[in-house]
Amino acid sequence: MDKGVWIIAEQWNGKLKKVSFELLSRARRLADKLGDPLSAVLLGYQVEEAAQELIYHGADVVYLVDHPKLFQFDPDPYVSCLERLIREERPKIIVAAATTTGRTLMPILAARLHTGLTADCTDLDIEGKTGLLLQTRPAIGGNVMATIKTPHHRPQMATVRPRSCKPSPRDPSRSGEVIVKDYPDEIFASRFKLLGLEKLREETVNIEDAEVVVAVGKGIGKPENLEWIRELAELLNGAIGASRAVVDLGWLSYPHQVGLSGKTVSPRLYLACGISGAIQHLAGMRGSELVVAINKDPRAQIFKVADLGVIGDLTEILPRLIQCLKSLKLKSEVRVKES
Amino acid sequence: MRILVAVKYVPDTDEIRIDETTGTVVREGIPGIINPLDLYAVEEGLRLKEKWGGEIVALSMGPPKAAEALREALSMGVDRAVLLTDGRFAGSDTWATANTLSKAVRKLGHFDLILCGERATDGETGQVGPELGAMLDLPVITYVSRIEDLRPPHGGEPGWIRCCRLTEEGYQRLEAPLPALLTVVKEINEPRLPTFRGKSRARRTEIKVLSLEDLALSPQETGLQGSPTRVVKVFYPSLARDTVIVAESPEKSVERIIDFLREHQLI
Repeated sequence: MDKGVWIIAEQWNGKLKKVSFELLSRARRLADKLGDPLSAVLLGYQVEEAAQELIYHGADVVYLVDHPKLFQFDPDPYVSCLERLIREERPKIIVAAATTTGRTLMPILAARLHTGLTADCTDLDIEGKTGLLLQTRPAIGGNVMATIKTPHHRPQMATVRPRSCKPSPRDPSRSGEVIVKDYPDEIFASRFKLLGLEKLREETVNIEDAEVVVAVGKGIGKPENLEWIRELAELLNGAIGASRAVVDLGWLSYPHQVGLSGKTVSPRLYLACGISGAIQHLAGMRGSELVVAINKDPRAQIFKVADLGVIGDLTEILPRLIQCLKSLKLKSEVRVKES
Repeated sequence: MRILVAVKYVPDTDEIRIDETTGTVVREGIPGIINPLDLYAVEEGLRLKEKWGGEIVALSMGPPKAAEALREALSMGVDRAVLLTDGRFAGSDTWATANTLSKAVRKLGHFDLILCGERATDGETGQVGPELGAMLDLPVITYVSRIEDLRPPHGGEPGWIRCCRLTEEGYQRLEAPLPALLTVVKEINEPRLPTFRGKSRARRTEIKVLSLEDLALSPQETGLQGSPTRVVKVFYPSLARDTVIVAESPEKSVERIIDFLREHQLI
C-alpha cells in the first residue's frame, strides 16, 4: 500500500533553502487531510543538522542520504538515491520545488517511475472522495488555470513555485524520526564531472528569491538611467528585474528577465518602471503580492494587474522617489542612534 | 556528429488576446509558430554542425499543421525534418509525449546530441526534454547557457561535452559523455533569421511523417490513453486587483508611492 506525503528538501552548502519550509507547509495540509505522515527527503553531505531542522519545521520523518557525492547537485546520484528510496518506501505523493534542481530531478524520476508529473503548481489539494492529489497550475501565460490529477499511477508528483506559500514556522519542541539510508557506492556513481560553480556577477540578480523586485522596461529610455533602478533596488533591499526588451537591447543580462521566456517571480512587491505589460511579461509577475506600476502611457496593460498605478514620467518620478526614500532612511538611522 | 533538435508547434503568444468582458482567452484564428525557445536549440545545433560536420534532424510531434514549425527549422538550415502525427497521439501529457518521441528517436538511429528548448511557451512545463533524456537513458543537462567545448566520438574514443547550466546560485559547469540530451536557455545564443534560400529550400524539402504503426507503439502507450495525468478542470483566474490609478504631479505621485509602501510596511 502506498503511504505518506513526501517533500524533496533543497539545501545549499548544508543550509536548507527557504523553499524547503514552504514545501513542508504545503504538504502538511495534504498529509493531515489524508491522515498520512509527512516526510522530507534530504540529500547532501554533512547535513545532519539540516535534517533536524526539517523536523522542527513540520516533518514527521526525514529520510537522510549523506554522502560526499551529494555535496553539489549532480543529476545521476540524486536521481539514483531518490528512485531507490521511492521504490523502497512507496509514497503516495511527492512534492518538490519548481527550481532548476526540482525541475530537473522530477521529470527524470517521473519518466523512470512511469508516473504523472505536474509542473509549477500554484495550488495543491486532496479530492474528498478519492483522496487523489488535485494539482492546479497556470497555463498559456497564466491566462488559464488547469486542475490536473494522476488517477492510477504512483507516486503522484508535482513541483510548486518558490514563494507561492508561507514557510512553515520553526518549533524546536517538535520531535520526529531521522532515518539514515546507507546505500552502496554504486548508487552514487555519476556520468557527470562537476567542474565548479561560477557565481553570478551581480548580487541583485536572484529575482526568484527576492522580497522586492524593481523591474525595468524600455520606458526607462537609456541604459544610463538604470542607475536609478539600481539605487531604488538598493534602497528597497530588492533585486532587479527586466522586461524582454531591456534584455534584448543588452542593457541587462538574461538572468534578470521576467516573463514567459525568462523567470517567474512572486515577490511581496513588484515595482514596474516603464514596463508596458505585454502578456508574456505579465505571465512572469502576476503572482506578485503587491504591484506598483509607473508608466507614461495611461493605456499600458501593466496597470490592469497593478494595485497602484502611477501615470507619469520616470525621469521626473524616480529621482524624487529615490531622494525621498534616502531622507526617510536617514531619519530612521538618526532615530536608531538617538534611542 | 549527428544532432537531433526537438521542436514544438505552439500558438503565437503575441497574438493571444483576452476577451475583456468574459476574461477568457481568445484562441480562434491564433496562428501557430515554432516554440520561440526552441529556436535557441536549433541555432546551437546548427553552430555545432557547422563546426564539426554531420547531420542535424528536427523532430516534432503534433497535428499535421505542426509541419509549419519544422519548416521554420528547415529554413534556418536543419537537414531533415520528421513529424510524428496521428489522431491517437492527441491528448498526450508530458510522459506520453516523451514516450512517443523516444520511440521515434530510437527509430531514427544513433544521435550524438539531442537539443531541446527549455520549455514551450504554451504548456510551460519544461518536462518533456528531461523525460525524453531519461527514457533514452542519456545524461540530461538542463538550463544550458553555454556549451564551452565538445569532442565528437572519434576512432573508438567516446565524445564529451562541457557546458554551463544557469542555476539560482550561479553557473554550474559540468562535463558529460556523449550522447547526451541538453535543454538550453535563451542566453546561449542569438538565433539566425531564415534566409530567402533557406525558406525556398524549406518549402521544397519533404517532411517525413510517422504514425503510431511506424513507431510500433500501442495506443495504450501514447495519447490520452497513455497519459498518467488527466485534466479535470480548466478555469480562468480572476485578475482582479483593486487598482488605484494616480495621475498627478511628480511630487504628488511620489507621495502616493511612499504612502503605499508605508501602508504595506515595505519601508
